[in-house]
This record gives sequence, structure tokens and C-alpha cells, in this order.
Amino acid sequence: MTTIFSQETISEFRRGAAGAVPIIMGYIPIGFAFGVLAAESGIGLAGAVAMSVFVYAGSSQFIALGLIESGAAVSALGLTVFLVNLRHMLMSASLAPYLGRFKGWQQALFSYELTDESFGVHSAALRSRINPSPTRMISLNMCAQLSWVGSSAAGAWVGSRLFFDTAVFGLDYALPAMFIALLVLQVESRRHLCIALLAAALSVTLYLAGAGQWHLILATLVTATVGLLTEKIPGRAAGREQS
Amino acid sequence: MEQLFIPILVMSFVTYLPRVMPVLLLSRRNLPAPLVSWLSYIPVTVLAALLGPVLLTPGGKLELLPAQNQVLWVSVPVFLVAYFTRNLFATVLSGMGLIALWRCLF
Repeated sequence: MTTIFSQETISEFRRGAAGAVPIIMGYIPIGFAFGVLAAESGIGLAGAVAMSVFVYAGSSQFIALGLIESGAAVSALGLTVFLVNLRHMLMSASLAPYLGRFKGWQQALFSYELTDESFGVHSAALRSRINPSPTRMISLNMCAQLSWVGSSAAGAWVGSRLFFDTAVFGLDYALPAMFIALLVLQVESRRHLCIALLAAALSVTLYLAGAGQWHLILATLVTATVGLLTEKIPGRAAGREQS
Repeated sequence: MEQLFIPILVMSFVTYLPRVMPVLLLSRRNLPAPLVSWLSYIPVTVLAALLGPVLLTPGGKLELLPAQNQVLWVSVPVFLVAYFTRNLFATVLSGMGLIALWRCLF
């Protein structure tokens, strides 16, 4: 090992793994639930693992199970999954200014494993100017995906044998709790709080109004613009971000 | 398994493109200050937009009463834990503990 990776690389890898622990706690129950459902839907262990490796998108994988089971066309499947994951485009764009120091392959690898949760953790770290190394950030992502793949495999294996309820021990609440923590870490001022409340309210309204998968993207686009327009000194926040 | 090959390939394509293109296209450019500033609001807005329906609309309907929406009411102390500890791990653990406790009591 030491001949391939330097001591520094290994310790950065460890720091990334440590940073992934809260995400892993959220992923294990959800990944497990996905595996159970995949086993029930008939795509089986291999299908569940292939999806978790190659698609790696929680909510989309659940939606895809339903669509595949109902025999939907590949075009409909592709379009739905695309819409559900379109929010990652905004997340990727908002991380882009920090990723100039990454090599091309590091950007490609990092983005492959970008999820809501890893995005939240990375953007909180980058904002607080911890400035984690590419190795550490990629390691965090890899550990998170590994737990997702492992737990989907475990779920599919168990699911084909017995009934399992994820509400046991409050496992199903791990992900909402993580979203709460990630959101709280992003709220830096009273104005941020107002913008967050507006985004949540708009998202809920659009969702209830039947905006399909668009509620997330529309609410984000509108309220980020409100955020920009309500800045007192234009360019102040931009200067802070770049420093 | 063979009939899953094309669907998984398509899904992998449509999930990877939105994740990778902005990083590849934007990271090495000097973006205009207003755009950078606008992008700095994405984390807070997208996370709030994700969380809103999770807390308020279990099962696809607006539910505000504790009996119909335990997640919303358990989230009140969880927000406080997140605010005071600023720690993901502590928040996730206390959240799981509180909802388990709620289910034991009610």
C-alpha cells in the first residue's frame, strides 16, 4: 500500500471516510429498503446492485423500480429519472467554483458520486473554508456510495427471504434528520433563514399544486434569485465566496 | 438481467450528465460575480426545497397535526439539536432516537 499511496494520501482518505459516517448512517436504512423493494419487484440482487453502482440516485432508483415493474417505456423512464435528478445540475454548478483545483479525472469521479447528502456536507465544509483536499472529498463520496451499494445488496438478499420493516429503530427518519442538519449548516443569517422558509413553502405549494418533479427545481431557481436580488451590497457575497 | 441493461444504461446517462457537465464547464472559468453570488444561494434553497415536502406532506398530502404527521413534530427538537450542536452525526442519532421514542409512547 505505502508504495502506491503516500502517508498523506492515506490520512486524507481516512478523514474523508470519517466525514462520510453521518451520510452512511442515513444511507444504510434507505439502501436496505431499496434492496428489499428491488427483490420484491423482481429485478433481483444483481439488478439492485447494478442500479446502485451505475445510477446511484436514491429517489430515482425507487421511482425506477415502480416504472420498470409497470413496464414503462425506456424513454419515459429516462425522462422521469432525468427530471428527478435535474436538481443535481444546480448543485454541481454551485460547487464548480471550488473545483478548479481538481484534475479532470478527479472532477469526473467526484461528480459521479455527487448526491444531495454529499453535496450538503461538501458545501458546508467549503463554506467554512476548511478547504478539504480532492482526495478527502472523493474518499467521502466513495465511502458513501460503498455503503449505498452494500446496503442495497444486503436488502435484496434479506428481502428475498423475509419481511423487513425499516420503521424499526427510527431508521426511516435518518435521512430527514440529515437534511435538517445540512440545511441548518447552510443558514448563515436571518436573511438566509427567510429565503430557506420561502424555498420550502414554494416547494410544498408547487408539489401540492401538482408540479410533478418540477417543484424542487422551480422553487430553487426562484428563491436563489430572490436571494441574489435581496443582497444589500451587490458583489459582497461574491467577494466572500471567492476569497 | 439482460432486459435491465438498456434501462440502467439510460438512467446512468441521464443522472451523470447533470452532475458532471456544470463542474466540467464552469470550474475553470472566471464566472461573473452575480452568477457566483446566485450560485451561493443554491445550497440553502435546494435543501429547503427538498426538506419542505418531506416534513409537511407525508403520503403526498398536507398534514400538520401530530397524529397524522409525527415526522414534522419530531423535527422541531431535531432542528434545535442541529442548531446548537452543528453536528450531522448528533442530529441523525438524536432524530432516530426521538422518532423511535415517539412511536413507543404514542
